Order: sequence, then C-alpha cells, then structure tokens
Amino acid sequence: MIASTNPAMHPHTHEAVDHAEHEHVALPQHRHHFETEEQQREAGSFGMWLFLLTEIMFFGGMFFAYLLYRNWYYPAFTVASNQLNVPEGAINTVILITSGFFMALGVWAAEVRKKGLLVIMLILTTVFGLAFLGVKADEYHEKYELHHIPGASFSTAMFTNPAAFGLKEEPLAPDMAQHTEIFFFLYFAMTGMHALHMIIGIVILFWLTWRAHRGEFSSGYVAPIENFGLYWHFVDIVWLFLFPLLYLINRHPLS
Amino acid sequence: MAHETYHDPSNVTNPEHADHHIVSPLQYCMVFGTLLLGTAITVLAAYKDMGWLNPVIALGIASFKAVVVILFFMHVKYQSKLIKMTVAAGFFTFIVLITMTLSDYMSRAWGMW
Amino acid sequence: MSTSTPNLHTIVSLPDQSTAKLPKRHYINNEHGLLSWLLTGDHKRIAILYLISITFFFFIGGAFAGLIRLELLTPQSDLVAADTYNKFFTMHGIIMIFLFLVPSVPATLGNFLIPIMLGAKDLAFPKINLLSWYLYLAGGTLTLAALVLGGVDTGWTFTTPLSTHYLNTHVITAATAIFIAGFSSIFTGLNFIVTIHRMRAPGMTWFRMPLFVWSNYAASILMVLGTPVLAIAIVLVALERLVGIGVFDPAKGGDPLLFQHLFWFYSHPAVYIMILPGMGVISEVISTFSRKRVFGYTAVAFSSVAIALFGFFVWAHHMFIMGVSNYSALVFSLLTMLVAVPSAIKIFNWAFTLQKGSITFETPMLYAFGFMGLFTIGGLTGVFLGSLGMDIHLTETYFIVAHFHFVMVGGMLMAFLAGIHFWWPKMTGRMYPESLSKLAAVVTFIGFNLTFLPQFILGYLGMPRRYAAYPPEFQVLNVLSTAGATVLGVGYMLPLLYLGWSLKYGAIAGDNPWQATGLEWQIQSPPLTENFIEVPIVDYEAYDYEWLEKKQREQVTTVG
Repeated sequence: MIASTNPAMHPHTHEAVDHAEHEHVALPQHRHHFETEEQQREAGSFGMWLFLLTEIMFFGGMFFAYLLYRNWYYPAFTVASNQLNVPEGAINTVILITSGFFMALGVWAAEVRKKGLLVIMLILTTVFGLAFLGVKADEYHEKYELHHIPGASFSTAMFTNPAAFGLKEEPLAPDMAQHTEIFFFLYFAMTGMHALHMIIGIVILFWLTWRAHRGEFSSGYVAPIENFGLYWHFVDIVWLFLFPLLYLINRHPLS
Repeated sequence: MAHETYHDPSNVTNPEHADHHIVSPLQYCMVFGTLLLGTAITVLAAYKDMGWLNPVIALGIASFKAVVVILFFMHVKYQSKLIKMTVAAGFFTFIVLITMTLSDYMSRAWGMW
Repeated sequence: MSTSTPNLHTIVSLPDQSTAKLPKRHYINNEHGLLSWLLTGDHKRIAILYLISITFFFFIGGAFAGLIRLELLTPQSDLVAADTYNKFFTMHGIIMIFLFLVPSVPATLGNFLIPIMLGAKDLAFPKINLLSWYLYLAGGTLTLAALVLGGVDTGWTFTTPLSTHYLNTHVITAATAIFIAGFSSIFTGLNFIVTIHRMRAPGMTWFRMPLFVWSNYAASILMVLGTPVLAIAIVLVALERLVGIGVFDPAKGGDPLLFQHLFWFYSHPAVYIMILPGMGVISEVISTFSRKRVFGYTAVAFSSVAIALFGFFVWAHHMFIMGVSNYSALVFSLLTMLVAVPSAIKIFNWAFTLQKGSITFETPMLYAFGFMGLFTIGGLTGVFLGSLGMDIHLTETYFIVAHFHFVMVGGMLMAFLAGIHFWWPKMTGRMYPESLSKLAAVVTFIGFNLTFLPQFILGYLGMPRRYAAYPPEFQVLNVLSTAGATVLGVGYMLPLLYLGWSLKYGAIAGDNPWQATGLEWQIQSPPLTENFIEVPIVDYEAYDYEWLEKKQREQVTTVG
C-alpha cells in the first residue's frame, strides 16, 4: 500500500501529498511516517518535554553555581542583591505571569478552533513578553550606570563605603566586597540567559501569529501552539525562581 | 486476527497515552489569580524578618507556583504517565546534580554550612 | 538446522551470484543528485551522511594519534616543541570524543537501524534528525577552524583555571564547536527516545525490542540529561575568558572545582554514551553468530538502563586528586564500584549466550570477541582506578590512558567495526570481502594490544601523561607502543579500502545473509526509502531463531 503511494510523497519530508488512500489522514500537517494524528501529536509533545529537560539541566548548572557562592559569600550576596530594583522585578514577574496566562488562553483558543481569539492571544503574549524585556533593559541600564556590570568598569565602591551613596548597609571588607562581582555575574548570566530564551520565544511568536492568522491552527492541528506554550511556560517558571533568589535574598533589615 | 489484537498505533491501551484534555479558561483564570497572589506573598514575606524561614518561604512559594504552572498551564495533570515520568526525571536529575555536588562542598568544611 | 546448512563453519547464505541482483528500487537510488542527500529526511541517508563525516574526523583524530606516538618514539621532545605536542593531544581528544566516539554508533548505525528494528518508517522527527547532522557538521568545521587557526592546548577537558587564565590559544572557538556538537547529540538522543516510545510497530512490545535499541535508549537518556550541563560549563568558560568574571577564578573567589563538577557531570556519563550503543551492537552480533537468544535478555536490557542511571552518580571519581573532600571521594568511590555490576552482568550474559551455541567466526564475531576481552580488561582496570588509594598512585599516568583506550578503542571502536561489518550488507546490499576483513580484525586486535598493553606498565611505573618528553628508561615500552600504533593504523586503513571496494564489486548480499532474526533482516537490502511495504506486525520474541526457521520453511513451501 505504501509502495504505491510513494510517487505522491514529498521526497524530502515524507509529507503525504495524496491522502486518498489513507482514511485516517485528515489534516495536511499529518506526516506520513506517523500512523495517526494522535501518535504524531503525542510524539511532538513528548519531544518538547524532553527538550525542556535539557533546559532544566542547562539552567541547573547556573542554579548550582548560585547556591554555592550564595553560601560562601552570603554578606556580599545580600548587599549586592539589595541593589536590585524590587519594584521593577516584581512588576516584571506580574508581566511575565500575564504573558503566560494569555499564552494558556491562546492554547485554549486553538483547541476550540477560534482563529480570531487565538491571534489576539498570541499578540497579547508577544506584547507582554516585549514589555518584560523592556523593563529588563531598563534594569540593565541602571546597573550600567551604577558600575555593577562585571568586567573592567565594575566598581565595589558602593559596598565598601555605602554611607557615601546614602545607603544604610554595613560596609563590607574589600575582599568580601570584591565577591559582589560574582553575584552580579550570576545575575547577568541567569537573567541574560533567561532573556535570550524570551527573545527566541518572541521570534517564534511572530512566526506563529502569522501562521495562526493564515488559519493554520484553526482546524484541529494545534501541536505547534501547544508545544510553544510548553516552552513559554517553562521560561516563566525559570523566572519564578530567579526573582526571589536574586532580588529577595535579605530584604527585611531595610523595612 | 493478530492485526486486531496488536494494532494499537497510538498505544491507546498503554500508560503512555492520555486523551487530549482541554483545560477551560476558568481554570486558567484561577491559576492566574493564584500566581499573582503567590507573587504578592513572596514580596511581602521577603520584607518580614523570619530568620532561616525567609529563603524557605521564598523557595516554597516559587516551587508551589512552578507546580501550578506545570500542572495546569502545561497540562501535565491531564497528560499520560509517560509525560509525568519525564517531568519527574528532569527534576530528579537536577536534584542529583545539586545534592551530589553539595556533598563534596559541605563535607569539605563540616559545620560551616 | 544443521542439515539445511551444508557448511558448518559459516552461516552466511548468499543468493546465487550468477542471477542475484540488487533490488530495483531502494533508498540509495530512490532519488539522485547532491541536493537529494543534503536535504533528505530519510534516516538511512542521514546515517550515511554521518558515516562519511565521522569517518573523515576519525582519520583526522587518528593522524594526531600517529603524531603523538611518533613524538614519543624518543625520550626527548625532538619531533615537535612541547606546546605543539599539547595541541596534538588536545585535538586528538576533542576530535575523537566529540566528533567520533559520541556520535559513532548512535548517529550512524542507530540512525539507520532503530526505526527499522522498531518497524517504523522513520524517526519521529526527520527534520530535527537532519538538523542534528548539520549541527554536527558546524561543530566539526569549527573544530577544524580552531585547528587551522593555530590549535588549542587545554586538553579535551578544558581544565580551569588553565583554560581560562593561562592560555592564549583558540579556546573559545573549540568551546563553541563542542557546544554546537553537543546540541547535535541532544537532538539525536531526543529523537531516539521519542521514536522508541511512540513509533513501535504493532506487537513490538518493550521486551521484544532488540537489545541494540535498549542500549541506544539508555544512551539517549544520558545525551538528553547530561549534555546541557556540559553546554553551560563551556559557556561559563567562554564568558570567563571574554569578560573575566570570576566564577572559576580563585583570585576573585571563584572555585575551579565547580567547573570540574559541571564538566564531569556530563563527561562521565558521556563515557556511557560512547560505550552503551557499542554494547548493543555486541548483543546483536553474539546472538546471531551463536544462533541463540541472548541469555538473560531482560537482565541485559535493564543493565543498560542501570548503567545510565548509575552513570550520573559517579562523576567525582575523575577529581580524587583535585581537592574534593575525602568523605565525598569515599562515597563516589563506592558508587563507582556499583557501575561495575551492570557491566559485568552484560559480559557474563554474553558468555552464557556463547555457551553451547552454534558459534561461527564471521568478521563481526571476531570484532565482538575482541570487544569482550578488551572491554573486560578496560572495565576491570576502571575498578582499580575507582578505588581511592590506587587512583592517587595511577591517575594522570599512562595507566589512565591505557584504561580508557581499552574501553573506548578496544571496546567501542571494536564494537563500531563489528556493527559496520555486520550491517554493511544491509546498508549497501553487498558483502565485504571475507578473508581480508578477517585479516583486518586480527591485525587490529594485535596492533591494539601492542599499543596499549605497554602503556599499563608505563603508567604503573609512573610515566605521566601529557608530556612530550620522558625519562630514557621508558623508551623500550614506548617504542613497542608506537610500533603497535603503526599496526593499528594499518588495521584501520584496511576496512576503509575494502569496504570502498565492496560498494562496487562485493557479492550481492540478499535480504538476510546472516540468517538473523531482527526486523531489519526481514526486508530487502538495501531497504526501501519507506523501509516496509506494509506496517509489520511483530508476533515473535527477539532473537527467536525457531521462528525464523519456520518462516523460511513456509516460504519455501509456498514458492515450491
């Protein structure tokens, strides 16, 4: 049966061009090497989950580095953490949760085949994602002005002599103050890697929105939306941990 | 005959399979509310001095939020055992990385952690 | 059965060569032109692309091995300067590990065979499969770029702070290459896991899968979970070099051992990524050429998964002399012993498979015997090295070098060659020349032992690794080793030549030259692009030779 359909197959992708002989093939997105759509859908989401496992381990290495140095250099970590902008961080958390919420609604809209709603939800997801990046950029700029970006221009002045900057913190000994650089490096590495994932996600969102607008996901084929949703929520989860770990280490003496 | 018995392409009878479940918008709204509430509590709790409880509460709420996102936004509650096992395997390996490495650092300086 | 095989010394049953032809249509001639290969989604064609590229990198890595052995012919560093020698062993290590051993069996044989063994038309994600080949190629090209630009001399382990603070070679280029090649291996592993879970033919239950599939499944888990940790470690090294933030810099309060932990969290399991698929090949070969079901099938299947699981708990045994705490060294040492258990289960089960089997000595079987002997030596010396006291004496000596070459070259490369010979008729439709290939197997075995047995003694006597010069009293053993390397080189060149020759002049193999039971042997050679004309229904256990005999009898009666 398959041998006879071969000429009708796309030579490179195995996409079935001719469905006439396959009663179970209903959608043009169905790949020929899967027997059923169900099998294809479950394979896709399983594959996405395995990819997310690699992401867990990828971020896992940095989370461990954080855990180690936080315990070794706790005084440096607390004062450095107190220089992060909590209002902006908290607002960003809300923005990201909202973006994820719209993504979840987008998945629902695709599942119930509402094309217009899906496009709106994807656009809202994108807008909130961009807003997050905007706030993040503002925070990075603030760090730049305070010389808190690790590297040649990094300055520990604020931590060895906090009174001169109008801060109530206890001054740190110079060698401990030097370790704030490790905190800021981890801050930039972790949030930067997170932001990179957001940027990649937003690029994919543009592409998905365009495809959704063409009606590709309105006839029961929702795998790309669902799988992208998994990715987007995973990126949210990373932030849910980054926010308390980086911004809220030891805020209470200030209150 | 054999065809009838064995032909189970999507493994419908297997623990690897689960029906496609659509989570309702109402559920999503409740999750959204929970997440916002969790964020508020996290920030407020951080400004109260609770000693060693501070990081525990912060991480506890973050983990709770993550679980909620995984179960509902990511549909794992309605997924097959295979997907549930996969998620568990990811966190298991992460914990192996953390604990086995920590075992070195902690035993290098007993009592200083 | 013996009555139907006139010659007891071989099970090879080829069709009548005067009338036999290759099938009219198969995956190689299905389409023509370079683009049909470069844009293919067919797992078999991607496997061939991988085979060509890893062979290329194998011989580049081999050339560096040759240069290393040539330098070590004399006690002085007279062929090249010491820092050039450092670049030689670094390039040898990087190329052989990341561009040859890790992808070797999974990306070529695994790619080709796993879908067929499961009765599927392709891997779950053909485009991602192709993408992983391109990523591999990009990683390989960058490695070559690092080589051409002047090389890297960190050793393949990128040890910090050496790699971050003391060297001014192309570390970042090489690091990027490994990062990219790592993602190639992640995608291969991901594809295999999904395929094995989701694409099995009706009736192909987990415990009917060939053990080759089981072992690749275990290796894939390691690829997916381990490789990203290497990726982040490598990224941090690159950032440390670029920006100079001190996560690994003791001067700034960083801990160089943190890099070691992250690096070996991947790179120890990577050893099992390399060896597990080879073990799968050996299971197939031993069963076929002793005409018996693999003894203790379930135990062998689970031992693969056990090796994968235990593999994550032992990494710090690479760091015993680096300053990890004595207590955790003790724990890691004990856990290391644990890995020997599933490995031994495999060896014992293969030995019991051989017992009372109708053994024939075809080329793949010769390589498999080589594997069993050499891997056992390599594995047992691993137990020496895993025990704390011995490790302090032997680590960073040639004993280590000999140990991992016994596992990787004596084990994995033998398994790879066994597999290539075993499935060559399936991949190309033609047989390799039998007597020449047996000669090559014997030459490889002799050359290998001559190269690496002296290194055990050298290491035991205290010759350190990674030095271009050594005390004159070690020269005799080093000359022996270099002589062995020459023989080994001949042993590896031979298959390249005669396998190439066989593409055009080899005997037509027919569907099932070995009378093997796997699904891949029940279809034509070379297979059709879509593998199976109809979705196969699997109603027999793995390695069921009686089923095969019955099937063939039925075919004869229907044709007759």
